[in-house]
Parts: sequence; C-alpha cells; structure tokens
Amino acid sequence: MTTVLDSKIPEGPLNEKWGNYKNGIKLVNPANKRKHTILVVGTGLAGGSAASTLAELGYKVKSFCIQDSPRRAHSIAAQGGINAAKNYPNDGDTVWRLFYDTVKGGDYRSREANVHRLAEVSNEIIDQCVAQGVPFAREYGGLLDNRSFGGAQVSRTFYARGQTGQQLLLGAYQSMSRQIGLGNIEMFARQEMLDLVVVDGKARGIITRNLVTGEIESHSGDAVLLCTGGYGNVYYLSTNAKNSNVTAAWRCHKKGAAFANPCFTQIHPTCIPVSGDYQSKLTLMSESLRNDGRVWVPKKQGDNRRPRDIPEDERDYYLERRYPSFGNLVPRDVASRNAKYACDEGKGVGETKLAVFLDFAEAINRLGKPAIEARYGNLFEMYERITGENPYETPMRIYPAVHYTMGGLWVDYELQSNIPGLFVLGEANFSDHGANRLGASALMQGLADGYFVIPYTLGNYIANNELPHVAETDEAFAKAASDSSGRLEKLLSIQGTKTVTEYHRELGRLVWDYVGMSRTAEGLKKAIVEITALREDFWKNVLVPGENSTMNKNLEFAGRVADFLELGELMARDALEREESCGGHFREEYQSEDGEASRNDDLFTYVAAWFHTENGHQLVKEPLTYENVKLTTRSYK
Amino acid sequence: MAENMNIKLKVWRQAGPHTQGRFETYSVPDANPHMSFLELLDVLNEQLIKSGTDPVEFDHDCREGICGSCGVVVDGVAHGPQRRTACCQLHMRHYQDGDTIVVEPWRAEAFPIIKDLVVDRSAFDRIIAAGGYVSINAGSAQDANNLPIAKDKADLAMDYAACIGCGACVAACPNASASLFTAAKISHLAMLPQGSPERKKRVTAMVDQMAEEGFGDCSNHAECEAVCPKGISISSIATMRREYMKAMLS
Ligand SMILES: Cc1cc2nc3c(=O)[nH]c(=O)nc-3n(C[C@H](O)[C@H](O)[C@H](O)COP(=O)(O)OP(=O)(O)OC[C@H]3O[C@@H](n4cnc5c(N)ncnc54)[C@H](O)[C@@H]3O)c2cc1C
Ligand code: FES
Repeated sequence: MTTVLDSKIPEGPLNEKWGNYKNGIKLVNPANKRKHTILVVGTGLAGGSAASTLAELGYKVKSFCIQDSPRRAHSIAAQGGINAAKNYPNDGDTVWRLFYDTVKGGDYRSREANVHRLAEVSNEIIDQCVAQGVPFAREYGGLLDNRSFGGAQVSRTFYARGQTGQQLLLGAYQSMSRQIGLGNIEMFARQEMLDLVVVDGKARGIITRNLVTGEIESHSGDAVLLCTGGYGNVYYLSTNAKNSNVTAAWRCHKKGAAFANPCFTQIHPTCIPVSGDYQSKLTLMSESLRNDGRVWVPKKQGDNRRPRDIPEDERDYYLERRYPSFGNLVPRDVASRNAKYACDEGKGVGETKLAVFLDFAEAINRLGKPAIEARYGNLFEMYERITGENPYETPMRIYPAVHYTMGGLWVDYELQSNIPGLFVLGEANFSDHGANRLGASALMQGLADGYFVIPYTLGNYIANNELPHVAETDEAFAKAASDSSGRLEKLLSIQGTKTVTEYHRELGRLVWDYVGMSRTAEGLKKAIVEITALREDFWKNVLVPGENSTMNKNLEFAGRVADFLELGELMARDALEREESCGGHFREEYQSEDGEASRNDDLFTYVAAWFHTENGHQLVKEPLTYENVKLTTRSYK
Repeated sequence: MAENMNIKLKVWRQAGPHTQGRFETYSVPDANPHMSFLELLDVLNEQLIKSGTDPVEFDHDCREGICGSCGVVVDGVAHGPQRRTACCQLHMRHYQDGDTIVVEPWRAEAFPIIKDLVVDRSAFDRIIAAGGYVSINAGSAQDANNLPIAKDKADLAMDYAACIGCGACVAACPNASASLFTAAKISHLAMLPQGSPERKKRVTAMVDQMAEEGFGDCSNHAECEAVCPKGISISSIATMRREYMKAMLS
C-alpha cells in the first residue's frame, strides 16, 4: 500500500511552476488520441468541461450522469458567481492577490502550487465562457460587471443574475452537446457509477447501473475521471441537490483511493431556516446578498417584536461590530459561527429561534428598490415563494446550512489520485480550498480543472503509460459487477421496518450535531459510536421497496445512504484527529479568548489522507509547505 | 406551528413504458402549509413504503426551481397553479385542508412515460446537440472584454437563456410542440455576436430535429408561456421564425 503521498509539485518559483510543468510533459500524438477511451463520470462544471475539452482534443469520451440530462447536474444551482483575477474594475486585483486570498481564506490548509495555478487560469475561464455565449451581467458600456464576495476586498466576481452556475453549466453542456452531435462523446444519462475497476494497479473501467432498467453495465477505458461533486448530503439537510452523493468517490476509496480531509465541510451562513420535520433540503440565499444586506439580531434575548419595531439602538449588527474592516463580508465560516453564537445566546429570531436577520432596508433607502431588484430580484422571489414573506418589506430570516465539502479524494498536482489513471476533478477532490472555500471559487475550480488542467495532465498520463486493451469481459469487471448487484440484492432483501429516509435523517442529525459548526473530542467520540451502531442497524432493518429491474429511486438512495453511513464515521475520526481549529473545522477546545479559531501550525499543517484497509482506516499525512505565503492568524477585523 | 391538513392525492401510476396506467387515490393526513408540493409527495411515499406499496416515482433534484428535473401536471396545469413556479417550489400554503389534488406526468408523444410520473425528455438534449451551441474549443477565446455587448441585448439574451429545460411548455401545448424550448436557445444565441456565425445552420438544424423528434407545430396558443416557470416569452418563437425565414431565404 502507498504510504507516502507524492504531490508531484513541479520545480521552480511559484509563478513558473505551471509553465514548467506544461513544458516538461509528454504529448499524445493527435492521431493516437482517438484510440483512447476516457470515462468521465459526472456532467457538472468539472465533468462537463472536461468531457467537452477532451473530445475537442480528439479523445473518445464516454460521459455518465445520474440525472436524465447532463444539463441538470448540481452545478446548475450555483447562484452567486465565479471569481477571476481580471482586474477589470481596476481595484488592485492580481493573480497573486486571488491566490493569496484563496490560501488565506482556506486557513492555510491547501497547497500553494495548486491554488496558484487556479488563480493563473481563472482569467481564461471567463474568456472561454463569454465566447460560448454565457450571458454574464454587463455594464451600460457593454463591458462585464463584477461584484464582491466574502473574504476579498476587491470586486472580482463575474455573475449572470442569480443563476451563474446555470449559465456556466449550460455553456459546458452546449459544448458537450456539440461533441455528442459530432459523435465524439457518447452520453450515458440516468446511469449511476457503482464501482471502479482496477486492472494491474491502474483504473481501467467502471461499473454502472442503468437507472431505468436496473441493468448493471461494464465500461472499460484508459482512464477514469471522477467529477461527481461533493458529499454535503451526508448531513441529510443541505443546500445540495437531492441526488448529490458520495457513492462514486467512496467506492473508489474502498478500491484504494485515499480520502483527504473529510472533516473539512462548509456551512454557508445565509440559508432559509428549517421549518419542519418533513423538510427535504435547504435553500441557499446567495452570499452576494451580503454585499447589500446587513446581518443583525435584537440585543435583547427573546425579543419577539416585529423587526421593524425594534429600534436601531436595540439591534446588534454583530458582524459589523466584531469585524469592522470586512463587516458583513467576512468569510463563510466566520459568518456562520457568529450566527450560531447569536442563537446560542438566545437572540435568535423567528418561530424556531434558529435564525438571524439579513436586512436590506438600508440598501433600499440608499439605492432604491429597482436597483435592489435588478441585483437580487430572483433571489427575493425565491425567498418569498418558500417563506411567504416579502424581503423588500421585512428582513430575511437566515441560518447556516451545509453547503460545500472541501474534503474529497486525494489528488496530486496532476489531479490524479493515488490509483494511477483515476483523476478527480471539481468538488469531488480535496485540492484547492483548504479548510474553508471562499465564495465564487468552486465554479472557478470546476472549470479550471476541466477546461485548462486535465487536458494537459491526462495527456501526460496517457503518453507515459502502456495501456493494453482491457475487455469488458475481463474477470475484474465480472467481479466488480457481481459485487455491485449483490449489494443491491442485499438491500432489497432485508425488508426491515425503517425507511431509507428515516436512516438518512438520523445520520444527518448525528453529523450535524457532532461534526457540524462546532466540534468537541467528546462529541466526536460519541458520533463514532452512534454512527457505527446506526450503520449496523441499517443493514439489519432497512426497508427498501420495489425491485432491482425497474426504475427504483429508493434503491438508489439506499445505496447512497449506506455509503454516507461509512463516510460519516470517517468524518468524525478525521475531526477528532485534527486537534486544532481551522476554517470550517472548529474544535471548541481550540479557540482564542474572543472565540476565534486557533490553528496549530506546528502539528497540523498537513493534508490528512485516509486509506481504507481491512483493519479500518489508516491515516497518512501529506505535509504542506509554505514557501511564498507567511502563515498568520486570519484576521478580518 | 402550522395546522395539519388532510390532502387527497389522485396520482397517475404506471409500472413501465408499455403497461397500462391508472389513477390511484391516496390521502395524506399530515400535510402542512409550510411544506413544498414535492415534500407532500415525499410524505406520501414514506406512507406507501411503510404500508408495503411501491412509492410513486417522480424526477426531482435541486428543489429550487433551477435544474428542470421536476415536472408534473397538477390539477390539469403543468407545474401547478402558481405562475412562474416549478412544482418543487409550489408550497402547500396555497391549498386547504380537505383539498384533492390530481397529479399526472407530462403527456406528449415525444416524452414517453418511463414510470409513474417520470418521462423521457432526452429529445430536448438531441435538439440542443443539433445546433444549440457556439462552436468554440477550450483555449481559443479572446479576452472577454474585447467583445462589448450592449447591456439590453445581454439582458435579453439572459432572459432566454434562463430556460431550465423542464418540458412544461410541451406538456401545456395542445400540439405538444417544443417551440418555446427550442426558440429560447435560438433566441439566446441570436441576441449575441458570438452566436452570429452559425445562426443559419443552428436554426435549421434545431427546427428540423424538433420535427424529427415528433413534437407538434406551434399554432400560437401561448399556453407554453403561461406555464413556463422561468417566464420565457413567446417573443422567442417569433425570433425563431424570423431566423428560420432568413436562413431559408439565403
Ligand atoms: C445552492 C448552491 C449554490 C452555489 N453557489 C456557488 C457560487 O455562486 N459560486 C461558486 O463558486 N460555487 C457555488 N456553489 C458550489 C458549486 O456549485 C459546486 O461546488 C460545484 O458546482 C460542483 O461542481 P462539480 O462539477 O464538481 O459537481 P456537480 O455539479 O455536483 O456534478 C456532479 C455530477 O456527477 C454526477 N454523479 C454523481 N455521482 C454519480 C455516480 N455515482 N454515477 C454517475 N454520475 C454521478 C451527477 O449526476 C452530476 O452530473 C454552490 C453550491 C450550492 C449547493
Ligand atoms: S427539482 Fe429542480 S427544478 Fe424542480
């Protein structure tokens, strides 16, 4: 088993590494590309951009997704925007500054070289998307408009109303569609990857289930690109789409791929609060709202007056008070934790008291309602539709919710996992956001990985490796296929008394309580015991209806929840092991006097990569070295 | 906390593409005004599973009205009674205790039923693959600001680009036409200089593909616009016709 993880960071000064890497790689002869089949799992920003780009280069691509169309991947739901270091507003942005903000925002737990490359290619992404026809917001002069996002003091976020993810994804989907029309991509929608097939130590194929017929299929190829998104749904309630899951990544993990920093999850500060037990998911209110919305709670505990009746001097604008230089635009982890503190102190608002106000009155007075409507109209509409309240008239009620997962499969600089030939892109990998992701940087990362990184790094792998043909009748496929069907049959055969949703909700509650916004050693130990017990119970008592040979969404969900039940435990272990607070990982034992996170750089400046072994999980540490950035205490004061 | 409501659901059940379907009636005693319509179906499904009946299959994912996965006909209206709202964003506060709600799948020849409320909308993907894109390879773009676009044009392009591809327009159209869907993409790209070089090829290829998929023709009923969760205007269909005429005449 691999015990040393080589990140393969190229030589040279930081701003020359990517160039040096590109100069040094082997290229694949254009005529040979079409002889190579690349399996791309997932059609979000990462998978969509990778599939289309590789097909444009001449590879034979097979693309897979769970939804009925590649256009529906979860990326479609991203609202706020995408960062780039264009410096169009001339407010002092540079590639270095975007790099620096991202490393600092991540609380110094990401790789310098990866993040710098991300910042370097960010500008090309905007060019590419505009050329595809993505209708980004523009100013009256006809040039592109920018807005600010948390954790930055420049305006570098490009946006398309509140539907940036939709427009970027449709751009990638259209490029994919063009390649599908040309016959260079074969699309497999309504297919779920259930296993990775490893032959002679290399990733050579996948096992999928046809979600319409239930058939198990084998697909062989020369490399597998996993672009399957994040695992936020382990918490049951999250802002992720209902089909988002960890299954593909988890099955790769069980085939030997290291899972890195699983406890680094992001709780987004501005979501619509939970209203009842039947709640199936949470809805994000974009961070962009914090450009104009002011967060406050009543100074008095249990103040039940209507917000408009609470006079100015009886309100606590706690973010502006505690963080005067960033104010409402502090990074997400800081904003979320402070909302929790306010509610813990009994100052929460609304029926459940688990909410704070996000108030636009001042901005509406200053800019007028039409200006606010132009900026956030669709978000306000969505809020009103869900809550029945009009945010132009009364402040929004918001509360933190699980939103993004920084952890994911371990990858090196080439985005390759420790299993040769298995590449991991987008939210599914752990690579660029450290312990906390800044707003508008996931879209940037997904598209950077797919449009501008993988074409080089995959080529280097293909050119350097002998990849003899592996038939889909190979024994390794047969074994993996029979394991997958065995598992489905097992799930159906239990016929217990509790539904998949009941288990999922229970798991979610455990992970939220113990591995959520704040964590303690005691709580984490408890979580490990309780999640293990819940998992054992699941395999004895779950009730999955229907059969395997038709569409059966409950069966799909059962498989995903089974994997979440394993992941949840690993998250707790990882959080327990990391005896410091950093970014989204807040251990109550490690905080400063005024309640800010206390990192421990001497002991924990590493990536925690977990290997699955027969005797449980084994931790391998990849030390992080900072040659360009000085580690400081993040301060947004 | 809000009062519980008892809601009756008359739901289309169909085991597979080639089997006969029928309505089944169920009642959900613990509905609640805060829940969304899909959460009501979730509650129904939990009830069904516990009683040993197969749950109702329906497509859904984002539950935020943006992915276009969901889509059922609620009391005869695609996505239900609330205008500009996908059914995942429809909330039960618009109903009253004791109401009966009839739920059916999209009905169109080009959207064959897979199971219960789930239909096959892959025809939409094939329409886009026929020409709904700009042919640009990654890496070959010029600087984004080298191409100024008047704000009103860009905004209009965005209005059309907002289509979520749910298929409600087809379900609502008496001819089961996919004109609004197809026209939205054609109009989005027709508003922008990037779309210009391929405009003729695009409109002919997409319109031909639409016909080939078995969608009907548009005869200006405007039912599509009325049910579109994103409020896509039928002015797009006029644009599509203009684009088509121009392509034919040259
Ligand atoms: C509500 C919301 C708003 C957001 N807003 C922003 C924003 O404004 N800016 C920003 O930068 N980021 C934002 N994010 C984060 C960002 O949207 C995501 O991190 C990003 O889109 C993930 O892209 P992806 O390509 O990695 O994965 P996804 O878009 O999640 O795609 C995953 C793909 O994998 C497929 N898949 C998964 N499992 C399997 C399997 N087993 N077999 C086959 N296929 C599988 C799915 O079908 C899908 O096609 C937001 C996130 C949320 C939840
Ligand atoms: S579930 Fe995504 S639009 Fe309704």
